[in-house]
Amino acid sequence: MAWYYLEGILILCGINVMVVLGLSLLTGFTGLFSFGHAGFMAIGAYVSASLTTMLHWPFIPAVVAGGLVAMLMSFIIGGLTLNLKGDYFCIATLGFGEAIRLILNNVQTFGGARGMASIPLKSSLVAVYAFVIIGVIFMWFLIRSRHGRNMVAIREEELAAQAIGINVFRYKMLSLAASALYAGIGGALWAHYLTFINPAMFMLTKSTEMTIMVIIGGLGSITGSIVGTFFLTFLPEAFREFADWRMVVYGAAVIAVMALRPQGLLGGIEFSPKGIIKWITTSGKSKKAQVKTPVEGGKA
Amino acid sequence: MNVFLQQLINGLSLGSVYALMAVGYSLVYSILNFSNFAHGGVIMLGAYFGLYAMTLLPLPLLGGLIVAALCCGLVAVTLEKIAYSPLRRRNAPSLYFIISAMGASIFLENIVVATIGPTFKTYPTVFEKTAIQIADISVNKIDLMMFVIAAISLLILVFILGKTKIGLAIRASSYSSRGATLMGVNVDRVIFVIFMIGGVMAGFAGMLFGMRYTVYPQIGIITNKSFIAAVFGGLGSLPGAVIGSILLGVIETFAASSVSNYRDLIAFVLLILVLVIKPSGLMGKVVEDKA
Repeated sequence: MAWYYLEGILILCGINVMVVLGLSLLTGFTGLFSFGHAGFMAIGAYVSASLTTMLHWPFIPAVVAGGLVAMLMSFIIGGLTLNLKGDYFCIATLGFGEAIRLILNNVQTFGGARGMASIPLKSSLVAVYAFVIIGVIFMWFLIRSRHGRNMVAIREEELAAQAIGINVFRYKMLSLAASALYAGIGGALWAHYLTFINPAMFMLTKSTEMTIMVIIGGLGSITGSIVGTFFLTFLPEAFREFADWRMVVYGAAVIAVMALRPQGLLGGIEFSPKGIIKWITTSGKSKKAQVKTPVEGGKA
Repeated sequence: MNVFLQQLINGLSLGSVYALMAVGYSLVYSILNFSNFAHGGVIMLGAYFGLYAMTLLPLPLLGGLIVAALCCGLVAVTLEKIAYSPLRRRNAPSLYFIISAMGASIFLENIVVATIGPTFKTYPTVFEKTAIQIADISVNKIDLMMFVIAAISLLILVFILGKTKIGLAIRASSYSSRGATLMGVNVDRVIFVIFMIGGVMAGFAGMLFGMRYTVYPQIGIITNKSFIAAVFGGLGSLPGAVIGSILLGVIETFAASSVSNYRDLIAFVLLILVLVIKPSGLMGKVVEDKA
């Protein structure tokens, strides 16, 4: 395997990890489901690409700006739907993702359906993994902070969380904003890796593909999401000849995971240096550092 | 005036097909409280079932419709058995149902891509593309047929829900499935029936849509609009879903004549407006969490 090829896949892994981390926070830790993350990725990609090609911004500020604009958009979607009971948020994200794609398809400043080309190739392995490492560290501390615990409380039982004084709307919004930021940065990095973007790259399937990585990796686990992302990014490379069947298998796998093992591959279990040391010293007797497993049956 | 009436009729026929889609979604939402995003996949299969029934078997139009409806009903019920009933048994949170539905929708869409292929297919011509003249208005035969078939099936549904015993059970379960169980309603059977009804309606909708336009694996995306229509009419309310769908169809048809590039955006703009002005929709009830 040539290094060039391997490097390409590793960069893609890193970009996917960025988006998946955000989704993991939203779906795995807060219990909200989004169909619109491809839209946030599109915003990040288009904003950053316009900044670097048209305004000649340097790479890193452009990527961060892409993420921030995606985050601003998330405030609109979240502000309208997160205080409503029911699947409003889900349906709104579904509409949002498609709407972003349609708008980009028709706005000629951004190339319309042809998209934007000759974006500078800036997403090197080092740059992508610098973002990923910062992203993982930030997410790790966010989950373990009071804010993260509040989000988990909302996932487990929204009404009870509200009763003990957690501002449910505020924490859902925070979770959505953070995940949109990650998706925007991921999209921006993707644009500067592929050097071209068009609206067709940000279809609904892109959102679902990212969500599948979270689910296979395990809801409620950062390390699970990362492992799931690497697994599902490398796997198709090994089975190129079955490309048509890839999504069929993914779909069936998601149903099977939900029916048989809803916590996914590593649900609720985090790898941490401490946990691994403990696991080695007690030689398999105890479980790995067990953090919040999604408990079922909360709602009657 | 003529143009207005003509657009109105086109909008009504489009809206009535949206309504067929929204009914299946809304019934499931009202009882199981989750958005069945796999509904689009079932509708897509309906278009293919109808196509193959009419080209391979060759059946007449009515036969094709019946085959499509029955096959879709079967698919929907099987889907419930495989994907949702394990979750129902465990009393899983609705997030898991949505994820399962997403998996099912990916599965259905891509199994068609992998086996039949992603190409566009067209129905054999049942009607010549001529229009019927009524006074000054010319109506496409297929549009008229869409409207008539959709209206008949919706009327039958209204009858089932309003006058039969199982309809009473469905209404009771949508009010409170636990209360209905306590009153001796077999909720498992109710769920079987609503998936069957939803599937049959999806079969009709898929086939009609496939005949009006073309058949391809991503045709299920059109269901997104019926989800939005359901929010527009009031999430979880069946009459709301029907009225919302028909209104959406009419608004889309009128707006499309002026801003055709953004035709598909109209549904989303409408969604935003509804969420800002009246989130409970036209007929929706305000849902409160009961502990």
